[in-house]
Amino acid sequence: MTEYVGKAMPRYDGIGQVKGQTKFVDDFILPGMLYAKAVRSPVHKGVIHGVDFTAAARVPGVIGFVTADDIPGARLFGACGDQPVLADQYTAYKGEDIALVVAADEDACAEALEKVKLDIEEQEPVFDMFEAMKPGAPLVRPNLKSNLWEYGPDMTTRVMYLGDVEKGFAEADYIVEGRYQTGEQDHAAMEPMVSVAYFDEADRLVIHTHSQCLYFQLGQLAGIFNLPMSRIRYKGGVVGGGFGGKNHIHADHLAGLAAIKFKRPVKYRMSRREDLLYSTKRGVFILEYKTGVKKDGRLTANHIKLWHDAGAYGGFSPYGVEKCSMFASGPYHIPNTRVDGQCVLTNKAGSSSMRGFTIMNGQFPMEMQMAKIATELGMDQWELRFINAWRDGDMGVSRYVVRGAGALEAMTEAAKLAGIELPDRLLAMSSRGR
Amino acid sequence: MKKKGVGMACVLHPTGNKGAGDPSNAAIQLKPDGTLVLLVGAVDLGQGSTTILRQFAADLMEVPIENIYASNFADDFAPLSLGSFASRVTLIDPHAVENAAEDLKKKIREYASDLLEAHPDDLEYKDGKVFVKGAPDRSMTLAEVGGASMFGGGADPALLVGTGAWQPARFHAHDPVTGEMPAVGAISFGCCVVEIEVDTETGVVDVTKMTQVWEVGKAVNPLLVRQQITGGTHCGLGTALIENAYPYYPDAAWAPHNLSDYALPTFMDYPDEFKWGYAEVPHPMGVKGAKGFSEGSTNGPPPAIMAAIHDAIGVWIDEYPATPEVVLRALEAKG
Amino acid sequence: MKQILSFTLNGSPVDVVVTPTETLLDVLREKLGVTGPKRGCDDGDCGACTVLLDGEPVRSCLTIALTVNGRDVLTVEGLGVNGDLHPLQKAFHEHGAFQCGFCTPGMLMSAKALLDHNPNPSRTEIREYMSGNLCRCGSYEEVIEAIQAVAAGEYKE
Repeated sequence: MTEYVGKAMPRYDGIGQVKGQTKFVDDFILPGMLYAKAVRSPVHKGVIHGVDFTAAARVPGVIGFVTADDIPGARLFGACGDQPVLADQYTAYKGEDIALVVAADEDACAEALEKVKLDIEEQEPVFDMFEAMKPGAPLVRPNLKSNLWEYGPDMTTRVMYLGDVEKGFAEADYIVEGRYQTGEQDHAAMEPMVSVAYFDEADRLVIHTHSQCLYFQLGQLAGIFNLPMSRIRYKGGVVGGGFGGKNHIHADHLAGLAAIKFKRPVKYRMSRREDLLYSTKRGVFILEYKTGVKKDGRLTANHIKLWHDAGAYGGFSPYGVEKCSMFASGPYHIPNTRVDGQCVLTNKAGSSSMRGFTIMNGQFPMEMQMAKIATELGMDQWELRFINAWRDGDMGVSRYVVRGAGALEAMTEAAKLAGIELPDRLLAMSSRGR
Repeated sequence: MKKKGVGMACVLHPTGNKGAGDPSNAAIQLKPDGTLVLLVGAVDLGQGSTTILRQFAADLMEVPIENIYASNFADDFAPLSLGSFASRVTLIDPHAVENAAEDLKKKIREYASDLLEAHPDDLEYKDGKVFVKGAPDRSMTLAEVGGASMFGGGADPALLVGTGAWQPARFHAHDPVTGEMPAVGAISFGCCVVEIEVDTETGVVDVTKMTQVWEVGKAVNPLLVRQQITGGTHCGLGTALIENAYPYYPDAAWAPHNLSDYALPTFMDYPDEFKWGYAEVPHPMGVKGAKGFSEGSTNGPPPAIMAAIHDAIGVWIDEYPATPEVVLRALEAKG
Repeated sequence: MKQILSFTLNGSPVDVVVTPTETLLDVLREKLGVTGPKRGCDDGDCGACTVLLDGEPVRSCLTIALTVNGRDVLTVEGLGVNGDLHPLQKAFHEHGAFQCGFCTPGMLMSAKALLDHNPNPSRTEIREYMSGNLCRCGSYEEVIEAIQAVAAGEYKE
């Protein structure tokens, strides 16, 4: 009987990485391959009246252009199905994809891009979440009821609660409040966004992708290209770092559209600059915490209000608010908890998943609260955590029951490794029950 | 002036997606020479999903691991895995592999029953062999089963592929009043302890020592567990101290043009001393108790570092990153 | 105006037609099929394109191709000897000194140059020398360990 689970073993597919042999998407360089680059919105918000390619078409090496009118199928994509593949009526963030230039090399693309003339009527954008939420604020894009995401009919706040926070605050000896902001970040994987598309010998569309989730995206692509799934060979499995950024389609749809139009292999690649400026980000969260605690360190209540900046399109952000809300009280038993979460649109590139997706945004403020509470109580930081850490059977705010609790185990081992001696009364506690 | 501080943080990370409906599939094919091909849908981003799933397959099929070729290259025939995100693969995909292995072993017993002249229920599969219970010399190796099934001839042909699929639970939407929502599959727990030095003249925070431990259910491959702890620290350190661009949010001109505008941690930004470790509380939902955790190592450093900053200079920094400018402004405000 | 560039690549002579503005990275990847060195940024910030030019690590993305005329270029493809892995490659594999592998070719070239100049570097010296190679997967600790293992003679060529 073999026992490989539990064994430290080197990467099965690792030899290719150390030899430089593993083929990443950008390593696919095909005969006759064309390059595509995006024509991007120069303004944060506006109405698109037209795009003039006449001068750009004269640049040597330019093969042609792709616009929304060239899309065979669905013109909207994204996890919420609200993002234009190529914006043709309005633009909602600076850098938004409006069209593609397709040429023999990227230098020709760059020259052509400078000559594309955009007729865009600039409109007043909104960047700050709290400005965006005010009644009468400019709408981030047309046909929205407001800039707040709706979780149900007329429901723009996602509420989760357990127990009764007011009762919990009444029981508390101390209440600690705080307002926190978690920063905007980029995934910055070493491999920038790129895709290669071409038709094979059976006239099937092959796309080399760095997607983290092929089936999650294949359906969207099949819809955009108006092709059945069996006519798309979506080849992936090698990713130069994902960190959540490659859960959103950045390049496959554009390379595919160009390959469909020009019937030649096409590579669409975002430069590092484009990737930093225009690919999805980890959107900002602003969180207000009010936490109640008894003298003996037991938490009695936690009320969190949080706002998430989704950028111009939903993406994973509405889900992100829910995921953050579920865990923003950390691994602690707090019998009275309430979270009010809102997802807010602004005129910026969309927010998507990033390592620690919305969880980090909740762990940070909760641990800050705990650090402040311990300081306020004059209690050891470890003790406060040990007292309140989840045991099996505790319930989180969305009413799931904790099983396999392990916060005490993690803390015990960390203290040991860090050379911190914890008192016996803490080490005697068990995750299996209070 | 350099001031020292110590800080700790206890954090969690859920593995899997909320509301469940979070599936993965797998397939295992028996080749004519008795070797196996494992097909999984999970994309290996470098976290080693293919490596660990092959470890599970070897244990489940009870064969030397060298006899298994594994692939996650989706193409014409590919199993689904919802995605390599939400730290879900280590919790969910081994179940798909387990179901595929059970399916293949069942098909092997059924196929061999004819050639061994026994009822499938009277056959046992163990250590890469199928044999009649109580008469172990009436047996066939995987190579014999594979060869006979592939080429037929004196036996009936068969394509012996085991398939499996699994998800933690069927999807259900949240309760619109209470917000009740089915949990994600499992939760992992981490603890981060840091020692720092703050330069009160420049605002620079230097992390001199870090310890990060994760409770992972079952450490399927400790080499890879270590990579995820030291690795997630990259995003954690960058988040806590470095990653930002000017002008600041919410100005839409937050516009880093290159990796000097948006700096990332280098070798020099990692702590002088880094200790890592893991704990195991086998999770009832995991195969051999295993659950994912990899994103979580990002969560620990920021609050631990902010707590250490408070310990060092008595200011609470309620945002991140705590760049030198932020630290200096906080010191100034404190007076 | 195109010119012929002649240089030694991974031990073999090579001639290729280039323009004056093409970089060594462009030429290696697009013209010579040597895709080990990667394009991770536009400005020489990340180090993923690192190759050795006459034994010294350079950013091939910032090196004008014609400047390597007559010189010696070594990429990750040239690291092994007679099909065998270089000790650094073996050490990186066994110590888990990479995850996605995108930064690895550049990382290995910097590591080789380090050990060629300083066969027994301290932890601090390793960190300083390697600090121009970014790794978002965060494998720095393992890289340091792998380099130290090779320096200690644990992997023979």
